Amino acid sequence: MEFYLGLLQILGVHTLLGLSAYVVLLTGQVSMAQAGFYAVGAYVAAMCTAMFGIHILPAVIIASVSTGILAMIVGFPALRVRGLMLVVATLAFGEMVRMFFFNFRWQIERDGKLIGPNGAEGFRAIRFFPENGWETGDVALFIWCIVVIVLGLLWWVDNTRAGAVLRAVGHDEVAAQSVGLNLTTIKVAAMALGGAIAGIGGGLYAHTVTHIEHGVFGILLATFAIAYPILGGLGSVFGTLLAVIFIQGFLVEGLRFIGDWRSLLFGALILLVMNLRPTGLLGERMSPLKTLFSRKSPVVTNAKETQ
Amino acid sequence: MMLKLEGMSKHFGGVKAVDDVSLTMNEGEIFGLIGPNGSGKSTTINLITGLYAPTSGTVSLEGRDLTALAQHERTALGVARTFQNIRLFGNLSVAENLWVAQNGHEQRRQHFISRWFKAGGLQDTNIDELLRFSRLHSKKDSLASALSFGEMRRLEMARALALNPKVLLLDEPAAGASIEDGQLLGERIRAVRDRGVSILLIEHMMELVMGITDRMAVLNFGRKIAEGTPSDIQSNPDVRAAYLGTKNKNKEPADA
Repeated sequence: MEFYLGLLQILGVHTLLGLSAYVVLLTGQVSMAQAGFYAVGAYVAAMCTAMFGIHILPAVIIASVSTGILAMIVGFPALRVRGLMLVVATLAFGEMVRMFFFNFRWQIERDGKLIGPNGAEGFRAIRFFPENGWETGDVALFIWCIVVIVLGLLWWVDNTRAGAVLRAVGHDEVAAQSVGLNLTTIKVAAMALGGAIAGIGGGLYAHTVTHIEHGVFGILLATFAIAYPILGGLGSVFGTLLAVIFIQGFLVEGLRFIGDWRSLLFGALILLVMNLRPTGLLGERMSPLKTLFSRKSPVVTNAKETQ
Repeated sequence: MMLKLEGMSKHFGGVKAVDDVSLTMNEGEIFGLIGPNGSGKSTTINLITGLYAPTSGTVSLEGRDLTALAQHERTALGVARTFQNIRLFGNLSVAENLWVAQNGHEQRRQHFISRWFKAGGLQDTNIDELLRFSRLHSKKDSLASALSFGEMRRLEMARALALNPKVLLLDEPAAGASIEDGQLLGERIRAVRDRGVSILLIEHMMELVMGITDRMAVLNFGRKIAEGTPSDIQSNPDVRAAYLGTKNKNKEPADA
């Protein structure tokens, strides 16, 4: 039981990570910086609770706001480049964050012990949950309450004009400009929203594992972040949720018994899914039922892009 | 006057795509812009909307200088366009395409929340009216990428109209259409003008241009070679030379 509750926690924080990439991906930007924002969120929230004794909820909010602002600052210069160059730029930012925490030392004394980020050693004893007597189940419930709120909020935004505008920018930037949309504002707003969500995910993650270090927030995590919405499809937020359950629940945890062959199968399965469903598990803007019973193969609408 | 271009030039390296072009469009006018392929017509539209920054020259709308403004600012002031190769938001429904475009000067006065986060916007009366005007009402929930070619053209024009523009720039709206469709299009363009929108029409279908424009200008190799009423243009020897060629080499522009 404990194992499944732990898995639920992992699924929760990874859903937040995936949603943060989903928002940015809606505008057509592939951001590899989400792991970086996740890392900042993790450290900020952990410092709030472990070093300054703040409750987890305000700590996560502080983390979210600070990563949102950071994403906005990063967004302005980064979104001036596109496509592959943006991937490289955001990847560089992610590595920068990682190396920052590799070197970041700031420890204060609390209850007779030194606590705080300690460079390559990482940040140990983020013990808000055990100190306050939260069981694994309580933590999982807490995380999923937040996940449901974020999912619901994003789903709602997706169905307002703002959501349509994000998709419009993602589909055709020239046309989007021609209907009076300010690309910079919209992309930076999406980046900031994505950053804020990654911050929440990171903040929660730090408290579930109680020990964070720079190595966790590398390129692999950034790849996972972007893989969720791509695999799940940009049809709706639920695609990302489904992809997280598929990758973390089935591929990573469910196939643990096959040992080292897992990584190979992992790649092969993703290749298979992308071949069978090029627009992701839930497709692009189609109801899952309709696509399930439709005979037509999914069409990649961007493929006939003309310039 | 509505729209005014003064000494507009756009050079791509050594190519003078648009070279010292001045145009004046009056309010409520359908103004034609014609010329052979590569004569700088689309570039002129791109200069007016701000997609390209001019090498030199100015563009103004109702006396207000637009030259330094970004595209979205020009759109907010009332400049809208369509594209030669249709550019719809294929991942959005027909109604959503219009919804996204509600960025004109009228809509900008709305409150931030109601402008961006109103979920009931698809019941908007403006959108409804535009859908009926464009005969797309029955298709309002289908994906824009699933429309027929003619429907796509109509939707693109409707999307531009959703901005409540003062000037609508149409870049070859009849491309790919039959002669009969061209005549229908002419009626539609007049109907748009009757909504109070001035129109700049780039077109190769001469029946259409000659039939509906009040005045027109002719570009060749980026330069304006003639301006006047359709009948003036039809009898202009320089225009005939540009389209049909001439035996007299001296009539060719110097930089040809």
